[in-house]
Amino acid sequence: MSDFFSLLVEEFPQVRSGLWVTLQATVLGALLAGVLAFALGLMAGSRLLLARGFSRVVVEFFRGTSLYIQLFWLYYAMPLVTGYELAPVACGVVAFGLNYGAYGAEVVRGAINSVPRAQYEAAIALNLSPSRRLWKVILPQAWVQMIPSFTNLLIQLLKCTPLLWLLSAADLMTVVQTLRDRTGETLAAYLTLLAVYFVLAYALTMLMNLLERSAKRRLGLATGASSLFKSRSASTAALGGTR
Amino acid sequence: MATEPLPLQKTAAPAPQDAVPAAGSTGEPLVRFEKVVKRYGDHVVLDQLDFTVDRGEHVTLIGPSGSGKTTILRLLMTLEKVSDGVIWVNGSPLSHVRTPGGGLKPAGEKELRESRKKIGMVFQQFNLFPNMKVLQNITEAPISVLGKGREEAETRARELLELVGLSDKVDAHPSQLSGGQQQRVAIARALAMEPEILLLDEVTSALDPELVAGVLELLGDIARNTDITMLCVTHEMNFARDVSEKVLMFDAGRVVESGTPEKIFSDPSHERTREFLNAVL
Amino acid sequence: MNDGFDWDAVRESLPLLLEGFRVTLLATVLGTLVAAVLGLAVAVAGRAPSRFVTVPVRVVTEFVRSTPLLVQLVGAAALFNTVEPLYIGITVLGVHYAAYTSEVYRAGIDGVPKGQWEACRALSLPPRRTWQAVILPQAVRNVLPALGNYAISMFKETPFLAVITVQEMVFEARKYGADHFAYTEVFTLAGLIFLVASYPTSLLMRKLEKRLGH
Repeated sequence: MSDFFSLLVEEFPQVRSGLWVTLQATVLGALLAGVLAFALGLMAGSRLLLARGFSRVVVEFFRGTSLYIQLFWLYYAMPLVTGYELAPVACGVVAFGLNYGAYGAEVVRGAINSVPRAQYEAAIALNLSPSRRLWKVILPQAWVQMIPSFTNLLIQLLKCTPLLWLLSAADLMTVVQTLRDRTGETLAAYLTLLAVYFVLAYALTMLMNLLERSAKRRLGLATGASSLFKSRSASTAALGGTR
Repeated sequence: MATEPLPLQKTAAPAPQDAVPAAGSTGEPLVRFEKVVKRYGDHVVLDQLDFTVDRGEHVTLIGPSGSGKTTILRLLMTLEKVSDGVIWVNGSPLSHVRTPGGGLKPAGEKELRESRKKIGMVFQQFNLFPNMKVLQNITEAPISVLGKGREEAETRARELLELVGLSDKVDAHPSQLSGGQQQRVAIARALAMEPEILLLDEVTSALDPELVAGVLELLGDIARNTDITMLCVTHEMNFARDVSEKVLMFDAGRVVESGTPEKIFSDPSHERTREFLNAVL
Repeated sequence: MNDGFDWDAVRESLPLLLEGFRVTLLATVLGTLVAAVLGLAVAVAGRAPSRFVTVPVRVVTEFVRSTPLLVQLVGAAALFNTVEPLYIGITVLGVHYAAYTSEVYRAGIDGVPKGQWEACRALSLPPRRTWQAVILPQAVRNVLPALGNYAISMFKETPFLAVITVQEMVFEARKYGADHFAYTEVFTLAGLIFLVASYPTSLLMRKLEKRLGH
């Protein structure tokens, strides 16, 4: 076994804690992003001009200014402006959440718009209240449409977590880099890191596929077993331009 | 279709007079269109339309496509707003509220929801909610709008499903049903809200030909056994003949002729009616 | 801690940032070019008759697509430490995004009606002409907006190049910020430059999408 891999085994507790930091940032960032996506996406469909305008501005702002800049702004500039400092991982969580929340808001908005108008009219004909229409009729149908795009965004978010290394958070990339520096085995180190990310991405995709399957089942749509193993859907990645 | 345990007795509907404030409502038709105009941009769909429907009447609207028939149902269901004029239901303005000065202003969501209570609609494309099973499609609105208990709503839903001949589909998803079955569920769903007025918008147009007869038969049963006032837009002239007492012939946003089915079908007095009937019959 | 926005720092750093912005644009344009060409090649290779071609192509694309750009960049820069960082940056950006654009092309190719392939066979067109004259012209037209959107994404990811010492805008911003302790000004400025450049472009893409009837 090469030096790098023996060191990897030796320093396993460190690697595990790096992995834990990375996963934490991913999951918490995704949760924040999800909350923001629904809040901003629902606001975008509001009857109030102010709410629509607010959502538009926030979404365009966080989509338009690069994630990288947002992260650095939070880490370097915010303490200077506010006197308040966030821990590196918290910076990551907030930046990932804001950035992907903005992209997610577009997904939510698009999915709600994709529910046929007739469904909305049928809900009116049954005299359902506006909130009932949204929660019982429109959102459950839109949800199925959202999941593939959310899967893409989640993987994008995961792929941004190595940025934490730049804030000297002890994430997976930071740990692997130190192991590389100690052994000088560049290729082995980076290939290992890429492989771990690949496995994480695949695992997250499968989890999201499970979610999609249960959502489809609720609509009475057929779902084969193979649907769990499919990779992220190409068409939504490609044509949605959701990045 | 077995009509025997029909849960739709004439007595089940409340006596109409009780529901109406007495003042000024005597002799008032259930639905009255008063100079109703509907425009989409420059395109005039309904042009100063006047007509009335009496309580318990079954009215069929016929006419060439684009003549504004469906728009009338959509206006009554408050899916669209009138451009001008007023629709009166039970002596109250449907999508307006009276101002203290005696004038009318457009209604808000609250008033609209009050107006919709009396009215149900069945759509051409069924529009069942795919995220709910058959039973919940029917019980959702009675529970959340009428405030019924779950058990009561479900019992009623099962009765209605029996009426439409789909007792075995209680737990099915809408996507597992044929078009005809979906439309029967949609009819049950509308009836569960105990409407005084039922709007039927080309309810057989999207069905395979062999499924049409069953749905029409069901609607005939409902017409005969209930007090529900029905407005149907249809291309099924048989249905117009068998079920309705009054036929309105539309052309270019106006009523060109109205009368009993016998009169309209056998002895139309208007040239446009003759042309239309020749084309469809 | 400073008390406010230092406009002198803005004035002083703006020319430096704009200097760096030229590198940012250069990397975006060349990176997009690599991604557009390589992506097309990958998409066509993915349609090859032999599984010995299609399966490896699929695996590699999936791998590149699912792993972080930053790790790819840092790894490549460490392995090829004699090569000019800008070239490495452009290549890695191009390859990473080719994994995405190939999917775009694939969807575009799948979107060409089956009848078009059959018509080509009926006319006994050789494969080369089938692709060149019939399939690709139809497919590429449909994918233009999506390619444009990826170009915008890539633009917003060019700051990653700063990590491997490419002297683009964010590199300059960090340097100025560290030297003058003026992080607030430079990062705000850099963010606004990104916004000003990317927002109109994405509006343009949306217009194009509508025009092409997506």
